[in-house]
Amino acid sequence: MTASTPSESDLWRPNRAVSKRTEFVVKIVFGAFAMVSVATTVGIVLTLIFETVAFFQVVPLWRFLTETRWTPLFSSAQFGIMVLISATVMVSFIAIVVALPLGLLSAIFLSEYASPKMRSVLKPVLELLAGVPSVVFGYFALLFVSPLLRTATPAWLQSIIPSWDQFIPGLQGFNALSAGIVLGISITPLVASLSEDALFAVPRSLRDGAYALGSTKRETIIAVVLPAALSGIVSALILAISRAIGETMIVTLAAGQNPRLGLNPLVPVMAMTAFIVQVSLGDTPAGSIAYQTIFAVGMTLFIITLALNIFSFWFVRRFREKYE
Amino acid sequence: MAPTIRFKRLAGILSFMAVLSIAASCSGGGGQDTAGTEGTEGTSTAASSGGSGLAGDVLVDGSSTVFPISEAMAEEFMAENADVRVTVGVSGSGGGFQKFCAGETDISNASRPIKQEEIDLCAENGIEFVEIPIAFDGLSVVVNPENDWAQCLTVDELKTMWEPSAEGTITNWNQIRPDFPDAELGLYGPGTDSGTYDYFTAALLDSEGESRGDYTASEDDNVLVQGVIGDTNGLAFFGYAYYEENQDSLQLVAIDNGNGCVEPSPETIGDGSYQPLSRPEFFYVKTTSLDNPAVRAFAEYQIAIENKGLVEEVGYVALPDEVLSAAQERLEAGTTGSVFEGGSAVGVKLADVL
Repeated sequence: MTASTPSESDLWRPNRAVSKRTEFVVKIVFGAFAMVSVATTVGIVLTLIFETVAFFQVVPLWRFLTETRWTPLFSSAQFGIMVLISATVMVSFIAIVVALPLGLLSAIFLSEYASPKMRSVLKPVLELLAGVPSVVFGYFALLFVSPLLRTATPAWLQSIIPSWDQFIPGLQGFNALSAGIVLGISITPLVASLSEDALFAVPRSLRDGAYALGSTKRETIIAVVLPAALSGIVSALILAISRAIGETMIVTLAAGQNPRLGLNPLVPVMAMTAFIVQVSLGDTPAGSIAYQTIFAVGMTLFIITLALNIFSFWFVRRFREKYE
Repeated sequence: MAPTIRFKRLAGILSFMAVLSIAASCSGGGGQDTAGTEGTEGTSTAASSGGSGLAGDVLVDGSSTVFPISEAMAEEFMAENADVRVTVGVSGSGGGFQKFCAGETDISNASRPIKQEEIDLCAENGIEFVEIPIAFDGLSVVVNPENDWAQCLTVDELKTMWEPSAEGTITNWNQIRPDFPDAELGLYGPGTDSGTYDYFTAALLDSEGESRGDYTASEDDNVLVQGVIGDTNGLAFFGYAYYEENQDSLQLVAIDNGNGCVEPSPETIGDGSYQPLSRPEFFYVKTTSLDNPAVRAFAEYQIAIENKGLVEEVGYVALPDEVLSAAQERLEAGTTGSVFEGGSAVGVKLADVL
């Protein structure tokens, strides 16, 4: 009887072996899931590198960088990446010119002026804009913004300035301008949200100090709050730029697909992402030079956004204002 | 800061997925809808007499240009023969032949005749086929309605515009003809993967698959339509069906091949006077599949004279009756091989070769 009954200390001893095993299995499972995203990134980078190396074995790097035409799919194959970069840079620049004032000013309003009730309504609405699929923005640019900018000017205006026949003279159906404007609108929520976070994080005591010295609200915002939040605002801006550079649907739909070197925003141009879309839509055989071209363009895109992100990371660490 | 961002991303993804699922459910519902209505009204014009006893699968794949015709035919055919399932895929003319010659499909659609390499590939795998024309398409050259100078272009002028050496040099309308205005030339055309591009370059330029590269190239014909609508100085080429769909906002250019200016129209495309840009569309049937009554009936259905209306409904030009009856005889006799012997269909009159 005494032999079969476990002693009291045995009864209360936790089963450590089982619980250790469970912990181990859970750790492995969770770890595996975490590794999926890491492995995906590594896989993408490796694919990019392999195909890009294969590409540069056929097309020397100097041709890629110095040629002034981009016709890799045609018999007169030329590989001047600058053609695509110029289009991407131009569209992104227009986007930032639109998104910076829109985003920053709405951020200042939300953080400094809006009442808590108004803020609780406005912020979700702004974030809703970020949820609009980019293909919708693309068609918005192509079918609404472009025709709007091409509207004929009123007759009385034409009688004063005869050559001013449409709102933006010389604007074509596909153009970098409307793509850039709509791209700017689409990244405004990103700029506004991140800048607002940065502004909101500036401690109350700084503002109180400025008020105590007799500053008005405007003076406080411009002289104290904005400089204090500058690193956050700049990093928001850089993130928005890299988003704009990588954006695909808007530029593919609205900016056109004509590889043309130059910075004229009124005519169709072909951005880097638009080229990748164009080639992927056809049935390009794997291993051909046309197929490798999209990886070379993808690699260029990847390097540009990576450089921007590294710069933003460095900038934030270098200029961050720390408050207790 | 970080949790808010994460939440925002999540919200973005979720809303996108919501949109996707709505779109998916809509298209699903739409599909069922059409099938339902087709089923109730399918009564008339059975090309295959006694079609009710038919059953089985018909696998069709190939050209995206021929797809609208096959799809319309398949819908009507299935409405009349409830036990037959016709599946129509879109792999492009080339992709279609790859599957066809591997024995995976019964019928392969093509917007050009079968090439010699493909004939060889089929022969290697012991696949024999009957070549049958199904419709005509006229490659249409279009300009913006505000263009009041280019009403008719000669073959040579089109060549000047599109040949490889024009790249970077021919950029202005007055370089095409001295009395054209001093205006920048905006060119729009299909990309190099397209059968339309192959045909255009073969018909107009010196060699197939070679043209200038500095134009707006897109595999999506709607992009080209939009381009010319938005560009007063634009010029594009694509299948006649796309012109017909957008005829209010586009203007056709007549083509002069030495015999005067001819505009594409159902008549000029059908009688072969719109040259060199009229092209026949084909389908190829595997001979062993013709032993399957369902495949034979569907093939006959596609070239039945009563079904010419379906071809016209989707924007193509139906073949003349004598060509159709020649095609029917060819199918009946099971004549194998290609009348083009691996070459191009440029300038070939179907009535003569069949």
